[in-house]
Amino acid sequence: MHKKPKEPLIHMTKRDLVPVKNAIAIRAAAILLALVVCGVITALATGLNPIEVYITMFSGAFGTSRRIWIMGKEIAILLCISLALTPAFRMRFWNLGGEGQILIGALGTASCLILLGDRLPNAVLIPVSLLAAVLCGAVWALIPAVCKARWNTNETLFTLMMNYVATQLVAYFVIVWEVPKGSGKIGIINQNTEAGWLPVVFGNRYLLNILIVAVLTICMHIYLMYSKHGYEITVVGESEATARYIGIKVSRIIIRTLILSGAVCGLTGYLLVAGSDHTLTTTLAGGQGFTAVLVAWLAKFNPLKMVFSSFLLIFLSRGAGEISTIFGLNKSFGDILTGIILFFIIGSEFFINYKLHFRGHESKGGKR
Amino acid sequence: MFDFVAFIPRAVAQSIPLLYGSTGETITQKSGNLNLGIPGVMYVGAICGVIGSFLYERACGTPEAMNPVLTIAIPLFFCLLGSLLMGLLYCFLTVTLRANQNVTGLAMTTFGVGFGNFFGGSLIKLTGADVPSIALSATSNAFRRTFPFAATTGWVGKIFFSYGFLAYAAIIIALIAAHIIRKTRTGLHLRAVGESPATADAAGINITAYKYAATCIGCMIAGLGGLYYVMDYACGVWSNDAFGDRGWLAIALVIFTIWRPDVGILASILFGGLYILYLFIPTGMNLAVKELYKMLPYIVTIVVLIITSMRNKRENQPPASLGLSYFREER
Amino acid sequence: MAERVPAVSLRGITKTFGSTVANKNVDLDIYRGEILALLGENGSGKTTLLNMLSGIYYPDAGQIFIDGQEVTIRSPKEAFDYGIGMIHQHFKLVDVMTATENIILGLKDKGKLDLKGASAKIREICEKYGFQIDPDQKIYEMSVSQKQTVEIVKVLYRGADILILDEPTAVLTPQETDKLFAVLRNMREAGKTVVIITHKLHEVQDISDRVVVFRKGEYIGQMITKETNPQKMTDMMVGHAVTLNIERPDPVDPKPRIQIEGLTVRSEEGIVKLDDVSFTANSGEILGIAGISGSGQKELLEAVAGLQKVEAGHVYYVEDDGTKEELIGKDPLEIQKMGVALSFVPEDRLGMGLVGNMDLSDNMMLRSFREGHSVFTDRKHPHDLAEHVREELEVNTPGLSTPVRRLSGGNVQKVLVGREIASAPKVLLTAYAVRGLDINSSYMIYSLLNKQKQSGVAVIYVGEDLDVLLELADRIVVLCGGKVSGIVEGRGADKNEVGLMMTKLGGGSDLA
Repeated sequence: MHKKPKEPLIHMTKRDLVPVKNAIAIRAAAILLALVVCGVITALATGLNPIEVYITMFSGAFGTSRRIWIMGKEIAILLCISLALTPAFRMRFWNLGGEGQILIGALGTASCLILLGDRLPNAVLIPVSLLAAVLCGAVWALIPAVCKARWNTNETLFTLMMNYVATQLVAYFVIVWEVPKGSGKIGIINQNTEAGWLPVVFGNRYLLNILIVAVLTICMHIYLMYSKHGYEITVVGESEATARYIGIKVSRIIIRTLILSGAVCGLTGYLLVAGSDHTLTTTLAGGQGFTAVLVAWLAKFNPLKMVFSSFLLIFLSRGAGEISTIFGLNKSFGDILTGIILFFIIGSEFFINYKLHFRGHESKGGKR
Repeated sequence: MFDFVAFIPRAVAQSIPLLYGSTGETITQKSGNLNLGIPGVMYVGAICGVIGSFLYERACGTPEAMNPVLTIAIPLFFCLLGSLLMGLLYCFLTVTLRANQNVTGLAMTTFGVGFGNFFGGSLIKLTGADVPSIALSATSNAFRRTFPFAATTGWVGKIFFSYGFLAYAAIIIALIAAHIIRKTRTGLHLRAVGESPATADAAGINITAYKYAATCIGCMIAGLGGLYYVMDYACGVWSNDAFGDRGWLAIALVIFTIWRPDVGILASILFGGLYILYLFIPTGMNLAVKELYKMLPYIVTIVVLIITSMRNKRENQPPASLGLSYFREER
Repeated sequence: MAERVPAVSLRGITKTFGSTVANKNVDLDIYRGEILALLGENGSGKTTLLNMLSGIYYPDAGQIFIDGQEVTIRSPKEAFDYGIGMIHQHFKLVDVMTATENIILGLKDKGKLDLKGASAKIREICEKYGFQIDPDQKIYEMSVSQKQTVEIVKVLYRGADILILDEPTAVLTPQETDKLFAVLRNMREAGKTVVIITHKLHEVQDISDRVVVFRKGEYIGQMITKETNPQKMTDMMVGHAVTLNIERPDPVDPKPRIQIEGLTVRSEEGIVKLDDVSFTANSGEILGIAGISGSGQKELLEAVAGLQKVEAGHVYYVEDDGTKEELIGKDPLEIQKMGVALSFVPEDRLGMGLVGNMDLSDNMMLRSFREGHSVFTDRKHPHDLAEHVREELEVNTPGLSTPVRRLSGGNVQKVLVGREIASAPKVLLTAYAVRGLDINSSYMIYSLLNKQKQSGVAVIYVGEDLDVLLELADRIVVLCGGKVSGIVEGRGADKNEVGLMMTKLGGGSDLA
C-alpha cells in the first residue's frame, strides 16, 4: 500500500460502554492532574512549595476535630441541595433555582421563629417552622414547573430569575425584622430562648443536620432508583413523547417532581436557619444552589455518588480557604481552584465517552 | 414630576453592561451554545482590564505620564484577551470535548467570579503596592470622556451625549451583530449551525469553527460589558461582588429580545431603568420597599418568558440545537 | 462497461460502530452515466457505506478513489468538492429557514448574500426538471415530498455529478416516484451518476442499470438489471430463498370492536388532518389503512389511543355483548387499560414508544410498571419478558442490559412490537410496523399479526407498501387527504383501483 494522501490527524469515535473500572480511573486521573495544576498555581501565588500546599489544604479540612465537624456540616448542606435538585435533573428539568428555593425556605422558617418564637412551645414550633420551610420551597419551584408543564416555558431561565426575586424578598424582610433598627441585619434569631432551634444531639451542634441528610440521601436513592415515581421521572426525562404514549401525564410528573425538589430545597433552608446559622441573610445559600448543580452532575445524578462529589468540592473550598487565610489572600481563591478541578473533570468525561485514533496507528490504537 | 433627564442617563449607564452581555450571549446562542458562564466572563473581562490598567498606572506613576492611547488600549487589550481565553476554554470543553454546556457554564461562572474577586481582593498584596484600594481614576477618566458639547446642550446633551465611548460602541456592536446575523452569509451559516448542526455540516459548514468563533467573539463582547462597568460606571473602583447579578440579567435579556441584538438596545435601557427605578420612586422612610422594587427587572423577564412561551411562534423560539453538543458520527 | 475507469472506487472499506461491524472490507465501483441501485436488507450497511462516500462517516480502513485518484473525504464539504451529493433519508434541512436559504447554505460565493438571485436560479432549475416548490417558503410549512424536492434541488444547484439517494421513494406517492425517476433518467442522459439505495425490487428493475447487493455489511455481488429477476435478487439479498406469499388466514368470528364515526381532527396550526372519518374495525380481522404518507394515518391512530385532541366525532369501543363505550376524552392510560394497544412506529423509531437510553428490560416495563400496589417497581417480570421477546423475535443484541439506542432500527422495531403484543391487547394498532425491516423480520411481524388476529384481536395495520396491504389485510380503508376515499375487501382487491383511491381527491400529498 502506498502512502495515503491526507488522513485526518486525529479522528474520534464514540465508545461502547466503558467498564466502570476504567471510568473511575479516568476520573481519578483527571482529579489528580487537576490537583497538580492547582498546587502549581497556588505555589506561584503564595511562594509555598506544592507539597506544603497540599498539607495546608489537608490541615484546613481535617486539622482539628472542629474542622472535621464543620466540614461534615458543610457537606451535609451541599449534599442536601444536590439531592433536592437531582429529581428535577433526572427529568431533564434544569432547576437552577436552588438558591431561591433555599432562601424562601429559610424565610419561611425565620418568619415562624421570629413571629411565633415566644408563643409556641418547641414541640409545636419545630414542626410548624419545618412545614413552613418545605411549603415555601415547594411553591417557589412549583411556579416555574407549572409554566413549563403548561407552556413549555424555559425552566433554566425561569428558575434563575426566581433566585433574584427570592433574594429581594428576603432583603425586604431582613429590613422589616432588622434588629436593632437601622442595622440592616436580623442577627441571631431567638438567641436567648433558642426557641425553634434544632436540638443538640450527642453533644454536637451539627450532628443532627448530618444525620437528617444521611437519611435523606438513602431515601432519595431508593425513591429515584426503585420506586415507580422514580421510573416515571426517568421516562419523562428520556423521552416525553414516550411518556405520553404510555399514559404518563407529563405535566403531572413535572409538577410533582418539582414540588419534591423545591420542598427539599426548603428543607435545606430550614436546616440552615434552625440547624446551623440561626439567622437570615440574602447570602445564606452562598451560591451553593449552583455548586449543587455541579455536585449532582459530577455524580451522574446518582444520590449515593453525590456523597463523594460533595465531599470533593467542600474539601477543596475548605482547603483553599485555609490557604487564603494563612497567606492573607482573598477567600475567592477557593473558587478558582474549584473551577479548575471542575474543568478537568468536565473535560475527562470526553475520554469516557469517546475514543481517539491517531494517524499512523491503525484503528486499534487510541488514547485512554 | 418624574425626573426623566436624571433618570435616562442613569438607566443607560446601567444598560450598557447588560447590552454587551446580551449581544455577546445572543451571538453565542445563535451557534447553539448556551453559555451560562457569561457572568463569569464579564467578571474576568472586568478584572483583566483592571489588572492591565493597574499595572500601567503603577508603571507610569503619575496620570500626566500616561499615554492617552495606551491608557485606553492596555485595559481594552487585557479585557479582550481575558474574555477570549474564557471563550476558548468554554469551546474547548463543550465543542471539542463535547461536555455538558450547563455544567461547563456554571463552572465557568464559579471560576470567573472567583477569579475576579480574588484578583480584585489580592492584587494589591500580590504586586506589593502601597495603595489602600484599587482606584484607577486616571484610566477611568479616559474611559469616561464624553462629547465636549454634552455639558452645553442642556437635556439633549445629558440624554444623548453624556456617555463614555464604550457606551456608543455597545450600541454600534449590537447593530452590527444584528445586521450580520440577519443579512449576511456568515449570519445565515451561523443560524444554521445553531438550528441544525447536522444540516449545516452536510452543507459543508465548519461547525467547530463557527461555534468557536461565535462563542469567543461573544465572550469578548460580553467581557467589554465588565470593562465598561468597572472603568466607566464604577469610576475605576473595583469592589468585590459589586458587578452583582448583571451577567444573569444579560442572559435574561437575550430571551427578552428573542435573540435580536438590535432589539436589545432599547430592551437593555428598559432593564437598566427597572434596575434603578427604586431610586426614583419616592418611598419615604420605608427602606424595605426599595428592596421590592429591585425585583422588577426579574419579574418583567419572567413575564416575557411566559408570554413568549405561551404564544409559541416558530420564529421566536430559541435556536433548536441550543445546549446540545454535536458529534457527526452520532447514530 | 468494465473497461471504463470508474468515477468512484471503494476498496477494502471497513467501518465499525462500537462492537458492531457496519461494513467489512467492501469493494465497490461506480461508473459515470449509470444509475446504480444498492440493494440489501436492513442493517446490511448500504447507507453507512455511502455515508462514508459523502463525508458523514470516516472509514476505519480502506481507500476511496475518484477518477482513479486516491482521495480522503473528511467532511460533506469535501465530498461536494468531488461532486458527490447525498440526499439523506432524514432530510438535512433547517426548518425555520426558507427553501432558498437552505439551498445556498454552505456555499462560499463571492460578494454579498444575494437571496433574490439565488431564488431566480432555483426557479430556473425547478422549471428545467419540473419541480414544484416555492423558494421563499419556510421548510416547516412544507410537505415531505416538497422537502425532498428541496434536497434534490440543493444538490443540483451545487452542480453535483454523483448523486446519492437514500431510499428516496419511501415518502413519495407513486406519481411523485415516477416524476423523480424521470428526473433521474434525465440526469443519466446528461452524463451524471446516480446511486439509489432501496429495499424495493420493482424500483430496482424500474430505474437502475446495475444493481449491487449487500448482506450483513459485506458486498455480495452485482448484476446488470436487465439480465436479472426479482427471485435472483432476493436470493442474493437474503442468502436463501424466501416465499413471497404472505399468509392470510380467514377472519375469526368478526364482531365490531372499534367503531369510528365522523372523526375530525385539526392540527395545532388549524389544518384539517382528519375529515369526517367513519369505519369499523372488527375483532379477529386485520384492517389495513392505506394512503400516501401524511394522509391522516398518524392522527387516526393517535385519536384512537387518546393521544390526539379531537374536534368532532366518536370513537367507540364495542364490547362483546354490543355495549359501546366512548374513547374520546379518555386519557391514554384508561384506554390502555381497556385493552387498546398502540404499537406506533414513527419515523424516528425511538421517538415514541421506547426510551433509547434504557435497556431492554426497562423498556419492557414501560407498559406494565404500574402493576401491583407496591410503590416500588417489579423488575423480575420485565426481565423475563425481555428475554422472551429477544428469543422469540430473534432480537440481535449484545445483552439485555444494552441500551436500545445501540440496536439497529429493525431490532428496535421488534422490541417495540414484541412488547405491545405481550400486553395481550384487544385492539392492536400498528403503523409502519415493517418500515426498514428486512424481509425475514417483516414476515415474522406479519405472522405475529396473524396470530393476534386468530386469537380474536382487532388489528389495525397502517402500511405504506400497497402489495403487503393487499396480501395481508382482510379489509382496507383508504385514506386520502384526511378523508376516507374507499373501503375495500382485501381479497381480490385491485392494486390499481386502490392506488387510484389513494390519490382520488387530488393533491393529497400537499396536506402532509
